[in-house]
Parts: sequence; structure tokens; C-alpha cells
Amino acid sequence: MKITFIAADGTETAVDAAEGESIMRAAVRNDVDGIIGECGGSMMCATCHCYVDEAWADATGQQEDGESDLLDCAASEVRPTSRLSCQIRMSAELEGVVIHLPESQL
Amino acid sequence: MSLDLPPIPPSDLDPFGTAFFDNPYPEHERLRQAGPVVWIERYGVYGVARYDEVHHVLNDWRTFCSSRGVGLQDFSREKPWRPPSLVLETDPPEHDRARKVLARVLSPVTMRDLRDGFMEAADRLIRSLVGREIDGVADLAQAFPLSVFPDRIGLRHEGREHLLPYAGLAFNAFGPDNELRRTAMERAAPHIAWVNEQCRRENLSPDGLGARVHAAAVTGEVTGDEATLLVRSLLTAGIDTTVNGIGAALYCLGRFPDQFAALRADPSLARNAFEEAVRFESPVQTFFRTTTCDAELGGAAIPEGAKVLMFLAAANRDPRRWDRPDDYDITRKTSGHVGFGAGIHMCVGQLLARLEGEAVLHALARHVTRLEITGDPVRSYNNTLRGLASLPMRLI
Ligand code: HEM
Ligand code: FES
Repeated sequence: MKITFIAADGTETAVDAAEGESIMRAAVRNDVDGIIGECGGSMMCATCHCYVDEAWADATGQQEDGESDLLDCAASEVRPTSRLSCQIRMSAELEGVVIHLPESQL
Repeated sequence: MSLDLPPIPPSDLDPFGTAFFDNPYPEHERLRQAGPVVWIERYGVYGVARYDEVHHVLNDWRTFCSSRGVGLQDFSREKPWRPPSLVLETDPPEHDRARKVLARVLSPVTMRDLRDGFMEAADRLIRSLVGREIDGVADLAQAFPLSVFPDRIGLRHEGREHLLPYAGLAFNAFGPDNELRRTAMERAAPHIAWVNEQCRRENLSPDGLGARVHAAAVTGEVTGDEATLLVRSLLTAGIDTTVNGIGAALYCLGRFPDQFAALRADPSLARNAFEEAVRFESPVQTFFRTTTCDAELGGAAIPEGAKVLMFLAAANRDPRRWDRPDDYDITRKTSGHVGFGAGIHMCVGQLLARLEGEAVLHALARHVTRLEITGDPVRSYNNTLRGLASLPMRLI
């Protein structure tokens, strides 16, 4: 399944993800700069912060319990489209999803 | 379960023997090569040493549970040596309720409050050590956590010398009934008594992290007795681990001078340099799980009630997962290493550990031009923890 990451400077990177894999893990596995994922997805670090492209907001769904508290600790600006990418798992509806990356994660 | 699954290769390794502790790497490689799952004959347990299987076991708590103990002992057959931990040695939903309390106390918000103080404390310590012959373990790896952690928890001063022996005991207790565990148990009574006493609300200063755990009892999230046990988790897991983590980083930077040069050139790499040391040395080497049902793992059949030993350290150097696994590389993308575990039990103190490590390495990068190992390091033996007893060095 394809995910397209768009960095803060506009650079696009497309990666292949497996069904059920989190967007954070797919990014890290494919060496995408801009997602760190320091806590490995255990919802402790907010270094996997991303902005879901408006067109995909419905498909990715709502923030998980506790996500907004953690997003308050994110290094870059939090917007209505902000999510923790470790909490979004790839499924058929997300084939081709577009993810914008924040300026920094630390 | 089909009968034609491949046989599980046996291993005669003693993963809790001092010969193995002296140099575990060739044995790790042998275990990984033997197969996805091995049978550790000596203890009658299964072992996993490849990254994929370790990661799988960590992430499937329904099949590989923690409530029967994360050491060799099966709590459903043997009485645990102490009342089990409410986080480490439980499964959902009990686990999640207790973990939520600790995760809040050790959250990124707390770290923001602690950060400046930790950076300053590390700065003072490193400056006092520059130009001297030191023992990297006692004077730095132990001295730094001891200078910040007990105060932040809110412990009284008297008796703090019990902290490291208590942790040593707890981590030895995950292993078999060997010399290490028996010796620790024989000397345990005063350490246990002191630690249990300090966990009570009235013995913790009202502005510390321990008191914040007890605040969860006021709102009814946990009972007072549960809060006391949760503070015990912080005291058990919060100090010897970071001592060995910082010790690992020092030992790495001493052995890989080019990496220390890279750190000096860019001190913002301090956090990742610490993380990479946790991958490279894996201060917490192993943990067990127990199967809740007949299971299949890496193509092998494992019966219900079996102990599975996860070699975290071997997974962290599995060439199937890591490029140049035996190189300490402070610019490596470390995410996904299992030095802090993974899944629902992944270290709840990881942010505190990283903050301590980052503070020390940042200060080293700014104040030290050369970091030399001046004598033979002496290994410290523990059934779970990997680290040094002493590391003679000079900071220039
Ligand atoms: C470099 C330092 C550290 C390392 C390598 C480390 C390693 C680990 C590992 C591997 C686990 C997973 C256990 C399992 O899956 O069964 C764990 C869990 C845990 N750690 Fe750490 N740890 C460190 C520092 C700390 C600190 C500073 C604290 C507390 C302040 C802490 C508290 C805990 C607790 C309470 C758990 C149990 C979490 C749960 O079961 O949900 N650790 N740690
Ligand atoms: S990876 Fe840490 S919160 Fe997502």
C-alpha cells in the first residue's frame, strides 16, 4: 500500500506499507526524514507527529484516546489535522494516503 | 496444530552464566542462526533471539503474557519472591489501569519541568570531573542518576545506599536459582525493608514524583496500597537501569573515538547517541513471557504454559534487521530497537532515562575534548542487567 509523505520543504517521498502497519513504522522502516518515532508507538513521545492531508481526514478517523494530550507536547505547531502517525494503521481505505510532515520533531 | 512443523533446535547454553556474560555475542549469533525459536535445555524454556520473533512476542500479550512472571519462575506454579509488580507483571486490563498512572507521572510534560535541572546537574558533574582520572561507573554513571533521581522521586536522604542493591536483587530475581540470585536473596532483607517503607505516602516529599503517584489514590484511580506498589516500580526499575545505560554510553564513546568526535561536533546528537548505546549494549538483556495457550511462533509449535526467553540484546544486533549491527553509530535511525522493550509493557520510564542520558552526553560533548579508557573495565554480573562494575578513564 502506498503512502506519500510531503516534507515541510515540499519534498515528496512515496513508500510501500503493509496492511495493518502504522504510518510511523512505515516511515521509519523506509528512512523517511521527519518522523522519529522515538517511543516505538507506545504513545509517549509525540515525535511521530504528522498532518493528515485534508482529503484523507475522514478516512484516517478520529484521534485516539490520549492523543491530543500528547500532541500538546509536540515540537511543531498543532493543527486541526494533527495526528500521531503511530496511531494510524494502514487499511484499504488508506491506500494512497497523503501525509504532511512538520518542520521538526524535537 | 500440525505435526509436521520443523523440530526446534536445542541449545546447551546457560544464558545466566558468567562465561556467557563475559562475551555474549558469539552465543547470540549461534542462537539467531540455530532458528527462529530454540529450546534452552538447561532450563526447559524456549528462546527467541532474532528481531522479528522478539518483536512478535513483545507485541502479542494475549498469547505471551506477563502475569505469570517475566522471569524464569512461573507465578502460577511457584510463589513470587515479592508481591508482583502491578505493571510489569500484569496483563490488561489490570496492567493498563496501573500503567496510566505511571505514564502520566513520567509524561513529556513532566520531562519539560525536569529538563533544565537535569542539564545543569550534568554540567556541574562533568565539569568537576574534567582533567581527572575517574571511575566512569562510580563517579559518573552512578553518580549522575543518584544526584537527580532520588530527589525527584522525593526520597529522604538516609538509606539511599539501599537503592542499587535492591535493584540488583530485583533484576537477579528474574533469573534461575543460581549463585547470583541466591547471594542476592541472602542479603536482601534490609534492602527490601527500606524500599517498602519509602514507598509509603507519608515517607515521600509532597512535591516529588512519588507523591504524584499517590495522588492517583486520592482520586480513586488506584487504592493507597496500589499506589505504594507503583512507587516501588519506580524505585526498582528507575535507577540501576539508567546507571547501566549511561555506563553503556560511556563505554561506547570510549571505544569508538570517531563517534565521540561526531558528538562533540554536534552536541544535538546526544539524545540519539544515548539511544544507540541502549541498542548496542542493551542494559536490560532479557525478559520472559509465558504462553497462555498452545501457540505457533516462527513456524514452531509451543505448548500452553511454556516460558519464552526473549534475548533483547540479540534482537538489537540481528543483522536481519540492522545494518552493520556491531558498529556504534550515533547517527543511526534507532527507532524500533527493543532495548526498552516494545508493545504494551514498553518501558514507561523511557523519557526519564533518555533525559538523563541526553543530559550527561550533552555535557560531555561541550566540556570534554578527549575521553580515554585507561585500564581494563571490570564487568558486573547480573541475571538481567548488563553493565560494568568499574571503567577506569580519563576525561580531558
Ligand atoms: C536505560 C534505562 C532503562 C532501560 C534499558 C529499561 C528497560 C525496560 C524494558 C526492556 C522494559 C520492558 C519490560 C517487559 O517488556 O517485560 C521496561 C519496563 C519498565 N520500565 Fe524501564 N528501562 C529503563 C529505565 C527506566 C526508568 C528510569 C524507569 C522509571 C522511572 C523505568 C520503569 C519501568 C517500568 C515501571 C516498566 C514496566 C512497564 C510496563 O510493564 O508497562 N525504566 N524497562
Ligand atoms: S511514536 Fe511515540 S507517540 Fe508515536
